[in-house]
Amino acid sequence: MSVFSREQITQLSQSQNEPKWALEKRLEAFSAIDSLPLPKLEKTNIDRWNFSEFQLYQASEKFEQAEELPDAVSRLILEESNVLVQKNDAAVYQTEKALDQGVIFTSLQTAYKQHETLLKKYLFRQDTTDRVAAIHQAFTQGGAFIYVPRNVSIKLPLQAVFWLDGKNAGMFPHVLIVAEENSRVEIVTNFLSTSSDAAVSNSVIEAFVGHGAKVQVATVSHFGNTVVDVMNRFATVGRDGDMEWIVADLSDGRIISKSTTNLKETGGHVDVKSVAFGAGEMRSNITSEILHFGTHTTSDIQARSVMKDKATSIINSITKIEKGASKSDGQQTGKVLMLDPEARGDANPILLIDENDVTAGHAASVGRIDPLTLFYLMSRGISKEEASKLIIRGFLDTIIADIPSAPLRESIHETIEGKFTS
Amino acid sequence: MSTPNLSIRDLQVSIEDKQILKGVNLSVNGGEIHAIMGPNGTGKSTLASALMGHPKYEVTSGSVTINGEDLLEMEVDERARAGLFLAMQYPSEVSGVTNSDFLRSAINAKRGEGNEISLMKFIREMDKQMEVLEMDESFATRYLNEGFSGGEKKRNEILQMMMLKPTFSILDEIDSGLDIDALKIVAAGVNEMRSPDRGVIIITHYQRLLNYIKPDFVHVFMQGKIVKSGGPELAERLEQEGYDWVKEELGIVDETVGHRV
Ligand SMILES: Nc1ncnc2c1ncn2[C@@H]1O[C@H](COP(=O)(O)OP(=O)(O)OP(=O)(O)O)[C@@H](O)[C@H]1O
Ligand SMILES: [Mg+2]
Repeated sequence: MSVFSREQITQLSQSQNEPKWALEKRLEAFSAIDSLPLPKLEKTNIDRWNFSEFQLYQASEKFEQAEELPDAVSRLILEESNVLVQKNDAAVYQTEKALDQGVIFTSLQTAYKQHETLLKKYLFRQDTTDRVAAIHQAFTQGGAFIYVPRNVSIKLPLQAVFWLDGKNAGMFPHVLIVAEENSRVEIVTNFLSTSSDAAVSNSVIEAFVGHGAKVQVATVSHFGNTVVDVMNRFATVGRDGDMEWIVADLSDGRIISKSTTNLKETGGHVDVKSVAFGAGEMRSNITSEILHFGTHTTSDIQARSVMKDKATSIINSITKIEKGASKSDGQQTGKVLMLDPEARGDANPILLIDENDVTAGHAASVGRIDPLTLFYLMSRGISKEEASKLIIRGFLDTIIADIPSAPLRESIHETIEGKFTS
Repeated sequence: MSTPNLSIRDLQVSIEDKQILKGVNLSVNGGEIHAIMGPNGTGKSTLASALMGHPKYEVTSGSVTINGEDLLEMEVDERARAGLFLAMQYPSEVSGVTNSDFLRSAINAKRGEGNEISLMKFIREMDKQMEVLEMDESFATRYLNEGFSGGEKKRNEILQMMMLKPTFSILDEIDSGLDIDALKIVAAGVNEMRSPDRGVIIITHYQRLLNYIKPDFVHVFMQGKIVKSGGPELAERLEQEGYDWVKEELGIVDETVGHRV
């Protein structure tokens, strides 16, 4: 990271009026960057991926109205949702809808000023153990802070759109979600790029799910083929809490997509629904990891990838049931469908169980379109191309159909539809 | 329009270099119902699959025309659009594709771009045919054949036939696995389709189905070809006496195909 200096990090922090402890977290991470190793990924060589070359400042104009946003961005905005749009390093648009009592939904920068105590309690509490995570922590810019007080249910989704644009752009959003006891919230995040320049997105989403709370977070990524797209998701789920991750990896470049959910107390539950559609020379490594600590905790990972052209997808599903997490249940399914001879895929199911009194199951498969299924559909007059599309859509729809929000389902469908022809 | 016709001449078919069909000759006209009966493993399903263009079956000689056009030159989907339909003995299960989405795609494939069926009209039509077949409406939104019972799959094949209204339908053991009530319902569906514009080939092991769908011709299949043809009385005799008398009459010892090369 010789291109950047400690002074630049300090400047970055000061320009955003961050408290001193935040600057310290940045510097701590910055000085660790060179000594930390790259993350170790199953069957994906990331040695030559660009994580560290990007431009630090890109002043962007603010947008007063949603209509002024480019179509690629505005079409992602779900009707009636509360929206925050970040372009590269800073928020450029936010709707002004009234939120329920005590609910906070702001950019991280604003949150430092108004909710410092809360941030200090939750932000950057994990050790950074690899270089990419350290880069994120050192360069964090923008992101969002979402806080839902006890017993408050937010009916409409909160949405954040992260938009990468321009040559060597860098985007390092950090989304922090705190859902207090018995609260409910649905969050949709979209990631996209609007230019075909090399760029880096390295984001983190962290959710703290309180006792009996229900949190749903969707991430829909659709970067172009010149973007390195890293996304790390963390959730900590309290007693009887319920977490749902919806992950749509639809980028075409280089992808590291990981979610780690810690079911630390009794009765916690997590669902991971992960779909990917890769085209061109896309390379993706998609990991869903669940750690069962509490008793009676349950988890279900459903991951599916469709790879066309020369795209590659490695799906890792890791379910770890710790000693003492009795009466827990962990299920996982990982499937890859390859459409072209040079497409590649792998599904690695990993169950690590240190407790006897549990149930667990896994299924994994890597395959191509079944010629007999194709024959069946074609025998009803449907062309080969259309029949293949039906099969592919169906393959992903077994997961997408379970997404509760209809507009989100449609939005994901639309993006996938566009990729058939790309 | 002239009478529709499906003509099969000296059809020979191999699978994995093993010859299964050894010269099938059959001509079916609109308005006719032909029943094909025969012991297990004699090539009946092979005939049906080869006509539809199943990827595993290789036609080694012979010709097939549908309304004068060369069927064997066509891709599977073209054969369907030319008017051929096969109700399969073992239809595939397709996860994630609902029955109604699938059917609508099939109908629109036939109607062509710019002439798609309206959603309302489609739903009305589907409701109507499902009612004839006494299928619960939930089958419209269930994934295609996934988790369907044997009998439900058969009904669903007939539903597709009724929706697509093909000129020539081949029904491969549509009666196996059906209880007696379901058999009557499915037969009623087939009978409703009966018209001078349509022909049907019914492959079955049981005379029972033929009590409900009266065939005009009955053919006995052995050793990969039709060895005997007659009227409905032939099916009745087979039901009562089995196949031994046919084998004796024709001097056949082993009626199956493909086991000895
Ligand atoms: N895909 C295949 N692979 C290998 N052999 C096959 C295949 N399909 C058919 N055969 C063989 O061809 C022969 C004829 O099979 P076919 O299914 O046509 O018989 P059938 O007359 O329909 O029998 P049944 O009354 O039991 O349905 C059998 O010996 C069968 O094993
Ligand atoms: Mg058969």
